[in-house]
Amino acid sequence: MRSPNLVVGAAMLALVVGAAIFAPQIAPHSPIDQAFTDQLRPPSPPHLFGTDEFGRDIFSRVLYGARIALVIGVLADGIALALGVVLGVVSGYFGGRVDAVVMRSVDVLLAFPYLLLAMVVVTILGPSLINAMIAIGIVYTPQFARLVRAAVLAIKEQEFVEAAGAVGAGVARVLGRHILPNILSPIIVMATLTVGFTIVETAGLSFLGLGASPPTPEWGSMLATGRSFMLTAPWIATFPGLAILVTVVGFNLMGDGLRDLLDPRLRGRG
Amino acid sequence: MLKYVARRLGQLVPVLLGVSILVFFGMHLIPGDVAQLLLGDKGTEADLARLRHQLGLDQPVPVQYLRFLGGALVGDFGVSLRTRQSAIWEIGQALPATIELSLAALLLAVVFGLAIGVLAARRPHSVVDTAAMVGVLVGVSMPVFWTGILLLLVFGGILGWLPLGGILDGGMMFHRITGLSLVDGLLTGNGPVVQSTLRHLILPAVALGATAMATIARMTRSTMLEVLHLDYVRTARAKGVVERRVVSHHALRNALLPIVTLVGLQLGLLLSGAVLTETIFAIPGLGRLAITSVLARDYPVVQGVVMIAAGIFVLANLLVDILYAYLDPRIRYD
Repeated sequence: MRSPNLVVGAAMLALVVGAAIFAPQIAPHSPIDQAFTDQLRPPSPPHLFGTDEFGRDIFSRVLYGARIALVIGVLADGIALALGVVLGVVSGYFGGRVDAVVMRSVDVLLAFPYLLLAMVVVTILGPSLINAMIAIGIVYTPQFARLVRAAVLAIKEQEFVEAAGAVGAGVARVLGRHILPNILSPIIVMATLTVGFTIVETAGLSFLGLGASPPTPEWGSMLATGRSFMLTAPWIATFPGLAILVTVVGFNLMGDGLRDLLDPRLRGRG
Repeated sequence: MLKYVARRLGQLVPVLLGVSILVFFGMHLIPGDVAQLLLGDKGTEADLARLRHQLGLDQPVPVQYLRFLGGALVGDFGVSLRTRQSAIWEIGQALPATIELSLAALLLAVVFGLAIGVLAARRPHSVVDTAAMVGVLVGVSMPVFWTGILLLLVFGGILGWLPLGGILDGGMMFHRITGLSLVDGLLTGNGPVVQSTLRHLILPAVALGATAMATIARMTRSTMLEVLHLDYVRTARAKGVVERRVVSHHALRNALLPIVTLVGLQLGLLLSGAVLTETIFAIPGLGRLAITSVLARDYPVVQGVVMIAAGIFVLANLLVDILYAYLDPRIRYD
């Protein structure tokens, strides 16, 4: 096998993506409907993962939670990727003052401890799942910007790029046809590795009460509720946590595997 | 070296200015001003106007920013809307608990991270190595808030070995010198306080340090594997140096450099994780103050916490860079 990491990671993610797509078909109960006769039931055949304080089926909530985690995590990653690529390309390609201004702004963003920056953004925008996603996207932008800038700097001096410019290709063509395709590998690897973190961080914001609001079946807020019932009904916090772990391990393994595949020089590096 | 430190300190000025601009203007985007929040529904228009004038909110925004910046330089971030205490006093009360927690987590992460990494690197692809690397993968991927809950459940709830949260046993007091209960307990020779602090510190420090520990272990393993194959290590072995000494004196010392950089990067994660860890373990630190203030829309405290945290973060990173220069004789920063 060329990359066992890639295969195992992809298998774990297939499980999570499958759960997300087929949640309506698999889930035995509604993720939101309350059943006051079934409160705080431990795991059993009708409720595989038990029920919460409102009698909701945790298995169904975890399944639907996969939809939220994946969509929000991937979109947050996408925001960081889009902003980071634009900033990094502009900074690296044009250099000079533009570079200085962009990179100093990136330094400012990096001066915040990650979660505090996200909290500031959520404070400004107001707490909601969408705003938490935007906040996490902004938090991860500097890392993409730096990576892309470094990659652009390394490639723009190469002869084929100069040649493209010399034969009269415009800036857009040079960037779109010659530079971007050649820096895709590190960007893909980083984007894959980062999804795991954006999922954890948005769940963290929801855990703190700055993201999803009840009764949304979101893993972070389910953990927050589970905390209050930790000693009496530990299953409430156990299963959403396990779901986050499987998803993040999946993305990490897949990112490592992709790195081995796309960039053999980095093989075995932490 | 001094010149380098001075230059790096100088570079921090624009960064922190940028942070202050972002924080100030960010908070300005929020509808409703501090005067309104302070008065609530009680005040008349005249009261509001008077308070606005008192707080300087009737001044042009650039003037307000300069006043904010001037205040921030001397640690004056205004008054907490929640407790009516000065924001900096609130922060001062909360900071020691966070420092204690972060340092304990960092210590655990470095000591165990290095040990695990070295053990794994000495026998690559053995059972120990594989187990360590699986553990590392789980450690990196576990959300800190879930690790915390599980630790509390197992060691606090089921086994009952350790307390369920807080920083000291109920009713216990200590003479405040530094504000760090462990240090103050040691300084005043107060055994029960030291013991109670340690018992309260273990679980949150493990929860907070787990990710950093895993990251450090992984980096230690990969740099050790590289270093162990270099010529000078072979030379040392050929000279008959015992393996233990080869690892500790020859290999590890040179593998430490990238790890130092990594520790710097982990500081940001630690400060972020502190928000979650303190929430779970009911620790009255900076992170919990931050989240309480954000939820209560207590903007002066939010501004203060963010400015102070960013300041600590960039200074700590500077310290790591200096340590790096000190450790690596090849690097001369002039």
